[in-house]
Amino acid sequence: MDNILSIVTFIPALAALILALFLRGEDAAAQRNAKWVALVATTVTFLVSIGIYTDFDPSNTGFQMVEEGKWLMGLKYKMGVDGISVLFVLLTTFIMPLTILASWQVTDRVKEYMIAFLMLETLMLGVFMALDLVLFYLFFEAGLIPMFLIIGVWGGKDRIYASFKFFLYTFLGSVLMLVAMVAMYADAGTTDIEALMSHQFSSEGFSVLGVYIVGGMQTLMFLAFFASFAVKMPMWPVHTWLPDAHVQAPTAGSVVLAAILLKMGGYGFLRFSLPMFPVGSAVMTDVVLWMSAIAVVYTSLVALVQEDMKKLIAYSSVAHMGFVTMGIFAANQQGVDGAIFQMLSHGFISAALFLIVGVIYDRMHTRDIEAYGGLVIRMPAYALVFMLFTMANVGLPGTSGFIGEFLTLMGAFQVNTWVTAVAASGVIFSAGYALWLYRRVVFGDLIKESLKSITDMSARERLVFAPLVVMTILLGVYPSLVTDVIGNSTAALISNYDTALAAAEAATQFASH
Amino acid sequence: MIQADLSVILPEIILAIYAMAALIGAVYTTKDALGPLLVWTTAGLMAVLAFWIATNGDGTHIAFNGMFVDDGFARFAKVAILLAAAAVLVMSQEYMARRGLLRFEYPLLVALAAVGMMMMVSAGDLMSLYMGLELQSLSLYVVAALRRDSVKSTEAGLKYFVLGALSSGLLLYGASLVYGYTGTTLFSGIIKTAQHGDASIGLLFGLIFLISGLAFKVSAVPFHMWTPDVYEGSPTPITAFFATAPKVAAMALFARVLHDAFGGAVADWQQVIVLLSVLSMFLGGIAAIGQRDIKRLMAYSSIAHMGYGLIGLAAGTELGVKAMLMYLAIYVTMNVGTFAFILMMERDGKPVTDIDALRQYSRRDPGKALAVMILMFSLAGVPPMLGFFAKFGVWQAGIEAGLTGLVIASAIASVIGAFYYLRIVFYMYFGAENEDPIDTHSSPVLWGALMASAALMVVGVFYQFGIEGAAAAAAATLVN
Repeated sequence: MDNILSIVTFIPALAALILALFLRGEDAAAQRNAKWVALVATTVTFLVSIGIYTDFDPSNTGFQMVEEGKWLMGLKYKMGVDGISVLFVLLTTFIMPLTILASWQVTDRVKEYMIAFLMLETLMLGVFMALDLVLFYLFFEAGLIPMFLIIGVWGGKDRIYASFKFFLYTFLGSVLMLVAMVAMYADAGTTDIEALMSHQFSSEGFSVLGVYIVGGMQTLMFLAFFASFAVKMPMWPVHTWLPDAHVQAPTAGSVVLAAILLKMGGYGFLRFSLPMFPVGSAVMTDVVLWMSAIAVVYTSLVALVQEDMKKLIAYSSVAHMGFVTMGIFAANQQGVDGAIFQMLSHGFISAALFLIVGVIYDRMHTRDIEAYGGLVIRMPAYALVFMLFTMANVGLPGTSGFIGEFLTLMGAFQVNTWVTAVAASGVIFSAGYALWLYRRVVFGDLIKESLKSITDMSARERLVFAPLVVMTILLGVYPSLVTDVIGNSTAALISNYDTALAAAEAATQFASH
Repeated sequence: MIQADLSVILPEIILAIYAMAALIGAVYTTKDALGPLLVWTTAGLMAVLAFWIATNGDGTHIAFNGMFVDDGFARFAKVAILLAAAAVLVMSQEYMARRGLLRFEYPLLVALAAVGMMMMVSAGDLMSLYMGLELQSLSLYVVAALRRDSVKSTEAGLKYFVLGALSSGLLLYGASLVYGYTGTTLFSGIIKTAQHGDASIGLLFGLIFLISGLAFKVSAVPFHMWTPDVYEGSPTPITAFFATAPKVAAMALFARVLHDAFGGAVADWQQVIVLLSVLSMFLGGIAAIGQRDIKRLMAYSSIAHMGYGLIGLAAGTELGVKAMLMYLAIYVTMNVGTFAFILMMERDGKPVTDIDALRQYSRRDPGKALAVMILMFSLAGVPPMLGFFAKFGVWQAGIEAGLTGLVIASAIASVIGAFYYLRIVFYMYFGAENEDPIDTHSSPVLWGALMASAALMVVGVFYQFGIEGAAAAAAATLVN
């Protein structure tokens, strides 16, 4: 198939269109049909996307399966994948059927709910495949609309505050990125990402309003992109929208947010910041590394005192994303490989953790840790799954969580020992909050009256968790599945980065002599 | 050669003669009973003229010794004006008829205003500029006060008239200074004297007054005060008209004066336009946050949108004019759809403009709610709607002209502005239930306008019906 990428991207959108146009009514049959259409569409998307994986050639570091077409205003419709993006595409198509399956008990406006998720899938896939700056921005930003509605319409009590905060926070970050994109277009005369990667943006320092800017235009552009990706990631201190959004979003919304939407920030750093603004990145490296280390420690401590399970996991997500940014800006093979690995593994683990909260929330309609205790007595299978993912979240060897954390720490150690030392303490904190959560919810005596009749996981719920369990353990014991695919592309990324830095250094020295 | 001159302004003559003939015809026959018919014939004639201008015109024709210019730029603006006016007329027919407002003067005044606007965008001389501007303004003052027995409507008309007269005074004063310091009223003569560096203080003074007068017409801050009151007080179809065609005409006129007459002194007026633009974007965004009345909200929204359009003008380049024209075309399309929806908002047959009434509207009418949501996101400039590409275009022009600060400011303003568009979506989709919901009165015309406009916002991303090429060609004829 020549245009497999477009096919994969637009299958969900097509299904959403079919739902919107042809499904009528709010009765049980219509609701069931909507769910099945969504499930079939996302599953087909996943199956077709396996074709991308089998066609993908890991030894080729360039973009593959590229599609190109004309678009308006001198822009291009250009899609393609490389070693960095291909696994994110698969992560997205893998997670989406599970989220649909996890939302089987939604009863309010089911058709609209499914349409929102299907549109969201198309937009997320587009982000990872787009090879045109504006096309990327379009997918990146448009994803806000369905997520805004998912939180706002199907969310919890304070959903209005959370949805507005989510939208405006990310929108502000993104428009600054758009301004930088327009400036890049003006400077390079193209919006083709492939061409922009080989374009040298000026790194000559200049003054703005009396402030001397080292790295000049590159640093400014880096900061504009950083504003967007750091919010999306989210990095401390701009992470505050995430706990609100997570707590208020429905379970499936949290899963998508944690497993896929957060990865767009990290992907953006790898796709734009490092290759296009190497000098700007180098100037800012120390700041970003310290921000990451603070994120790991600070949000882990905040997670310790949470009383709402979802909020706790949300803060734990921020902490784990701290490892990702640390790995990326270590800018060496272990660091970047580890960052990508950590993002993929976090995609599975955080998705599973939010689903775990969803399982008991569906039964008891509360997320307060206080309200639970002793669940192992009535729910042994649940306790087992919960334990596995708690351990994975902590980074126990044998689970995928370990590989990511270890690689990023190893990468960062070669660059900045202090940052690594601080961040490594976060591993202990994460063991603290995760195990404590597990003890309070699952162990102890089953004394609460309301829990006496709670039932263990249904077959549908087990079906949702099975693939996640398999992937977490598989990647934990056989990480080459990931590193073999991404290795060559990350190696190329890093060697280009180092070459560009050396060239810029030589130019400065030449100028100063 | 009078025949050659007349053939250049034939569309204007046809529309003017039609308006006068219909006026006499209606006065001597059944008067208001002719109203509905006149609405349709006027709209039909406008659509035909738009089609004719769009397909037949080519090259640049100058008539009456340079007073009147028919070029690609004028044709682009005229087509947009005529189509917007025709669309608003058709949409208003039922609304006006049910409320007894459909007097026969209404379509004819709109036609005369359209003639004035066509004159404005084709002006090649300060005198023909003023003639067109006044013909347009006087017609608009009257239609603003069309609901004679309503205090708000008459107040709107009066306010519009007094402030409009003031702005005309500013403009005339500026024009007289320009004439005094250049010795000519022809744009082609002014541009020879008005070059950056050797333009005299008096000429710059005149230019500033001219800009002030024009800024009033596009309702740019700080000359915007009339807009919210006039938008709120006028009957809704009239508001829809104010928000569309006259804005195109005034912006096009603005571009024509600045480029045709003062094209050599870009550096002199650029800073003024930048200031107008920044103030408009921020005031339009911030002041709209507190509005509960959707018509006032749209007034502030139009102020902000004119601010974005002015970025294209401030760039002072061909790309800037092209981006501005695209912006206007997209803006008009979005506003036609939004006002089609506002015209449908009513309770027990009475129009409702409170946005609270929209709570949970999506449950009662999912189709229309979806269309309005698309329009709101498009107005906010969120991709993938066409409104995003409008903003992208002007930002691109701004950056290429070195106005990075302005573009960053406008990016921040667009986030502030996004808030109130989002709030409408929030009311429709997840606001608390309202005990007193609006009826979903729907006429096929309004429904069609709303749906077509929303569909264009999405389809436009894939196919633009040649607008981009036309705008580029239009900009090329203006800036050279």
